[in-house]
Amino acid sequence: MKISMFHLMPHRELPPDFEKRYDSVWVTPPWHELADARRVGQYYNWTLDELLYAARAGFDGVCTNEHHQNAYGFMPSPNIMGAVLSKLTNGSNVAIVQMGATLPTSNPPIRVAEEYAMLDCISGGRLVAGLPLGSPMDVNFCYGITPLEHRERYREAFALTLKAWQARETFAWNGRYFQLAHVNLWPRPIQQPHPPVWVPGSGSISTFDFAVDNEVCYCFLSYSGAKAAKSMMDGYWKVVADKGREPNPYRAGFLQLVVVAETDAQAEEKYARHVEYFYHKCLHWPVQFMSPPGNQDYRSMVASVANPVRRAEDAKKLRYRDFVEKGYVIAGSPATVRDRLKEEVVKGLHVGNLMVLLQIGSMPHELTLENIDLFARKVLPALRGEWNDEGWVNQWWPERLREAVPQPATAGVGA
Amino acid sequence: MTREQTVTVWQDKVRMRVLSEGAGPALVFFHGPWGLTWDPFLTELAQAFTVHAPEHPGTTPGAPDDIYHLDGLWDLVLCYDELLTALKIDAAVLVGHSFGGMVACEMAAAYPRRTRKLVLLDPIGFWRDSERVVNWMTVNPAELPAWVFRDPSSEAAKRMLGILDAASPPEAAAAARVRLMWAMGATGKFTWPIPDKGLKKRIHRVSAPTLLVWGKEDRLVPPVYADEFARRIPGARVQTVEGAGHAPHVEQPERVARMVREFLA
Repeated sequence: MKISMFHLMPHRELPPDFEKRYDSVWVTPPWHELADARRVGQYYNWTLDELLYAARAGFDGVCTNEHHQNAYGFMPSPNIMGAVLSKLTNGSNVAIVQMGATLPTSNPPIRVAEEYAMLDCISGGRLVAGLPLGSPMDVNFCYGITPLEHRERYREAFALTLKAWQARETFAWNGRYFQLAHVNLWPRPIQQPHPPVWVPGSGSISTFDFAVDNEVCYCFLSYSGAKAAKSMMDGYWKVVADKGREPNPYRAGFLQLVVVAETDAQAEEKYARHVEYFYHKCLHWPVQFMSPPGNQDYRSMVASVANPVRRAEDAKKLRYRDFVEKGYVIAGSPATVRDRLKEEVVKGLHVGNLMVLLQIGSMPHELTLENIDLFARKVLPALRGEWNDEGWVNQWWPERLREAVPQPATAGVGA
Repeated sequence: MTREQTVTVWQDKVRMRVLSEGAGPALVFFHGPWGLTWDPFLTELAQAFTVHAPEHPGTTPGAPDDIYHLDGLWDLVLCYDELLTALKIDAAVLVGHSFGGMVACEMAAAYPRRTRKLVLLDPIGFWRDSERVVNWMTVNPAELPAWVFRDPSSEAAKRMLGILDAASPPEAAAAARVRLMWAMGATGKFTWPIPDKGLKKRIHRVSAPTLLVWGKEDRLVPPVYADEFARRIPGARVQTVEGAGHAPHVEQPERVARMVREFLA
């Protein structure tokens, strides 16, 4: 299987009473009260250093993502980060997993197709092209896109992107939302017919259909762990089967929060407050931000009102041990982490493309490197061979990297 | 006795159910962002008029996706023109509430000769940075009734928002929630994220005598917005209603119906 490190680039030093003093970490947190540009510059550099450290420690890929007006993750342009990572990982077998630039907020959306083609060229064909719909907070609240038009715009932009990468001739795009008389991308991607496409989702049934119909890797970027995702991912695999596709585990990606220490007790001692910071502060926003009317199409809304994907559980009432017990975070010794990841995530959800969030909330730089290092040395090697015995091909991974096993660099990794 | 018909417009792609009652000159009522409910206010007006209340595209039961056939306000206004033609109405009194007030005003600007008189109940359509319209689509759903009504616990308030009592079966509550959410989504297509969609460039075309009715305790669209309309429509009359929030015709149906009937007499 393929295992990538994911990063949100959070604010690591929100005040202790943040969630009491402010309404939301997203859309409305006041910059001038909460942040300092010089300090934030340090966060960006730590984030890049941590991802590069993972790339050199033997991970298969490094992931960035896009959010706006958000203290828990503020890479408004993931492709700026991706450019740095592409350049500095040249010569390695590490994939650049952009999870990714948001189509409905990029106007015209061929901007994403162009930038991804640039990243594919710079990295020598190592790009995984995440094409997310974008969250309601980012797309509707921060970028002003009408909720009812969000999915339609996305689908049109998606079709335009795929065509722009592949067309041999200049073409005209006479769409509903986008009109371009001369589409002729410079550059085009190295990977042919186009870089592998991953589409993150959060359980809407219409996205399951979309992912299977378009032969992309469906990724559930979850903060609630595998146990909470089980019924949803089962729903996805049912759609895969109903549409007559093989249950290739590489059709699925999953994001899991992970912290590793020498022992379970040490994991609690080192990471408990950072995990609680993440769930109590970083995920602090009003419930209605998630679902402005019209954002879900009618069919999905009827389904989710009848049978909510996410149980209404107040994470602010939970503590570290609850998060670990419920599987929101997989934590503990390398053996504990390895076994839980295998059983709950890899086998439980039938996932071939695993993403792990190893920098969590307030976790400082040195501790993050420690987490990455332990995971890379003591967990990752034991997971890498999963699914090999079944002979599936990971069509959703850059072709030249499919058989590659990134080797840890000799310098700078390992205590 | 309310009559019901479904009119199909827009090359047979948009179905709009129309509830009608009464006899006399035609009056068309444009509902707000929470869907159509036949209120006592409409029954009152039906004493003197033939009241037609169409459902905004997408909010007619069984036709949620029809809304995707419209791209913008221009399409919506033309749809209503086709609807009036289908109902064999040359000219009518236009009455609109909230979002429907904006639509009624757009109709009156687009078709002055189809508009005998115009009545706007707490309409949206303008924006002041100093007194921002509260976006009802972004408030906590549990708090929505308190934003819309002076008295959110009243039966009239519950009826308009489809709030059921605790003893109702869960399926009914789920259906009501879907109906309310979709009504906000389908109307919100024309208002997100700021409900100023160019009416200021078109409102000078309104020539019909106009009455503005505003709930004195409107928390969503403060009564100062009446000035935005009144100063642009020559001779417009403004009346405020005590004891009412954003839906004065729902909270004070008799008083508002009387105001409107006096104006229309």
